[in-house]
Amino acid sequence: MVTQPEHVAEQPEHMVRFEAVTKRFGDHVVLDELDLEVAPAEKLVIIGPSGSGKTTILRVLMTLERPEGGHVIVNGNQLYHTERNGKLVRARERHIRAVRKNVSMVFQHFNLFPHKTAIDNVTLGPRRVLGLSKDEARERAVELFDEVGLTDCIDKYPAQISGGQKQRVAIARALAMRPKVMLFDEVTSALDPELVGEVLRVLAELAEHTEMTMLIVTHEMRFAEDIADRVVMFDEGKIVEEGEPHELFSAPREERTKTFLRAVLDRD
Amino acid sequence: MSIRQTFENLLDGAAVTLQVTALAVAWGTVLAVLVGLAGLSRSIVLRAVVRVYVEVFRGVSAVILLFWVYFALPAFGFFLSPLQAGVLALGINLAAYGSEIVRGAVQAVPRGQTEAATAINLSAPRRTWSIVLPQATVAMLPPYGNLVIEVMKASALVSLISLHDLTYEAQNLRRLPGSDSLEVFTAVLILYFAISLGITGIVRLLERRFGRGLDIGRAAAVK
Amino acid sequence: MSPVVGSPVLAQGRGTWDWEFAWEILPDLLRGMWVTVQIAVLGMGIALVLGLVLAIARRSRVHVIRWPVGFVIEFIRSTPLLVQLYFLFIVLPQSFDIVLPAFTLAVAGLGVHYACYTSESYRAGIESVERGQWEAATALSLSKADTWRTVVLPQAVPRVIPALGNYVVASLKDAPIASAITVGTVLGVADYIQSRTFRSMEVYTLAGVLFLAVSIPAAIGVRYLERRLGNPT
Repeated sequence: MVTQPEHVAEQPEHMVRFEAVTKRFGDHVVLDELDLEVAPAEKLVIIGPSGSGKTTILRVLMTLERPEGGHVIVNGNQLYHTERNGKLVRARERHIRAVRKNVSMVFQHFNLFPHKTAIDNVTLGPRRVLGLSKDEARERAVELFDEVGLTDCIDKYPAQISGGQKQRVAIARALAMRPKVMLFDEVTSALDPELVGEVLRVLAELAEHTEMTMLIVTHEMRFAEDIADRVVMFDEGKIVEEGEPHELFSAPREERTKTFLRAVLDRD
Repeated sequence: MSIRQTFENLLDGAAVTLQVTALAVAWGTVLAVLVGLAGLSRSIVLRAVVRVYVEVFRGVSAVILLFWVYFALPAFGFFLSPLQAGVLALGINLAAYGSEIVRGAVQAVPRGQTEAATAINLSAPRRTWSIVLPQATVAMLPPYGNLVIEVMKASALVSLISLHDLTYEAQNLRRLPGSDSLEVFTAVLILYFAISLGITGIVRLLERRFGRGLDIGRAAAVK
Repeated sequence: MSPVVGSPVLAQGRGTWDWEFAWEILPDLLRGMWVTVQIAVLGMGIALVLGLVLAIARRSRVHVIRWPVGFVIEFIRSTPLLVQLYFLFIVLPQSFDIVLPAFTLAVAGLGVHYACYTSESYRAGIESVERGQWEAATALSLSKADTWRTVVLPQAVPRVIPALGNYVVASLKDAPIASAITVGTVLGVADYIQSRTFRSMEVYTLAGVLFLAVSIPAAIGVRYLERRLGNPT
């Protein structure tokens, strides 16, 4: 598959590491000294009630929110800090950008650029950030469109395509940056039910065939059970429980996990 | 003076009017975008400076500013030609109003757009240029178009500092013996009206061009 | 007072600020400022009333009234106030034998010019009154005049007060233009002093400062009004 990043000679032990990361919004503590490690190529699914902070985990990793405390390490590099005289200090924009290039994200509400065609949405990053030529970028984009099954939509504007198609364009846009880490923030929650399947299918393909590290926040429990290497139950800023999907879903240990799963799975 | 010559003189004046307007709008727009974006900066100092600029240059009338630039600045050591003074004063005035429009339009661009741009690792300047400004422009155009017409109208004031614009020519012509000032001024008013129609037309064209994807969207969504 | 005409760049050259001189000319400038304010206030008085009349006329179902009114409004809004003032000052006496004092012409010119703006505001306010209100009035067999007077206008006008307030402030900024037709606004005074003393530094700067001293509080006042009325538009 085109989307495989080149194998790096030596990979760090963890692709993503959160060390005592704290994030507050006013008085509300959203991430409470979070420690989290994700291995390279691991598919991690994060579940939990609304407002638990699980989306914030992704947003901190994507530098959309800056944590008040702790450290975030991506591919062996400090994301928000640089080393100076043996100490860790706040990093500048250039450093953050350099580390961030390993991470890409797909949003719940797509966030496609409405004033650009689908293919222009996908080629923008490769051209402006990765330095690809117009043709190279277009080539890569066309391949990606093929993979997500959207060859017909290439020259359409976002407003002309369905939600499911929009989300697949968004996935292609993120993949075009060849990230090592892909973040998926409830990517099917804003879709009409009949369009959810096509997007989940693309995610499942990515999970199965790529070496990317994937962090997925979702409510789709059956899907999570299918593709996850590990599932984390998150609530009130802390990890409540984690484990292999089969274990966690069929025999959760913690009370909060049980309550949550009961409420969510009952709905199905 | 023959009708033809009268007409030629007026057209010469109209050309100057257009020139002053275009230059003032060009320079004023650049300034408006800079000031507008600065008004959204994280620095409190910068935001305060912008606030003061906007208050002062919206509060002082264009004609007083024009006179100050042309007559008072020389005493401070800066000598400007009537054209330079006109363009400078009108541009600053335009920017004071325009920056508020820019600021509002930029703020109205959904947050998800900058977040998506961050997610593909675009640099901050690139984000603003390729993603935010194009979307903000569509929202800006109608009110901004009105501002441009106001600049065109204000350009008549440069006749007071002896720039040979349309109004200046009108004053010249009507002073000639045997001229009918009713005719002259009516013709001048009609010419100004024609220019303003032209400006409105251009703004509408720009709206169509910038609203391309967004327009198609609206039409498709309606279906 | 001679009309303001651009004098070529002056003999003064680089100079230093003379506080005594500034103090001397202050009373005259203040008088000029007062004249400016008068023109603005009186002119807006006309604009507020005339604008409403025009807005109502524009809604007339009689096309012979509606279209010409609409056209004239557009025309006046799209052409410079300065030229309109010249028109009144020069053409009225010359071609129509109507001679009026410059001050009156300035007030009239400003008033009519801004009436075209306020009429648009009124129009927006009127159109924002729901159709149901009109229909209810018809159901009660209210006369046209009564419908306007007791149902529509009481709802429409308060909504546009902020916009009207903005135009009041705007008219203040346009008022100094009247010095071009020999009215002694702050600008006319400034120019007169400058032509007598050749000192441009203090006179124009003070004029500007005085102007800001009036227009900024006015602008703040209007914004306060906007907030009080809950920003309806």
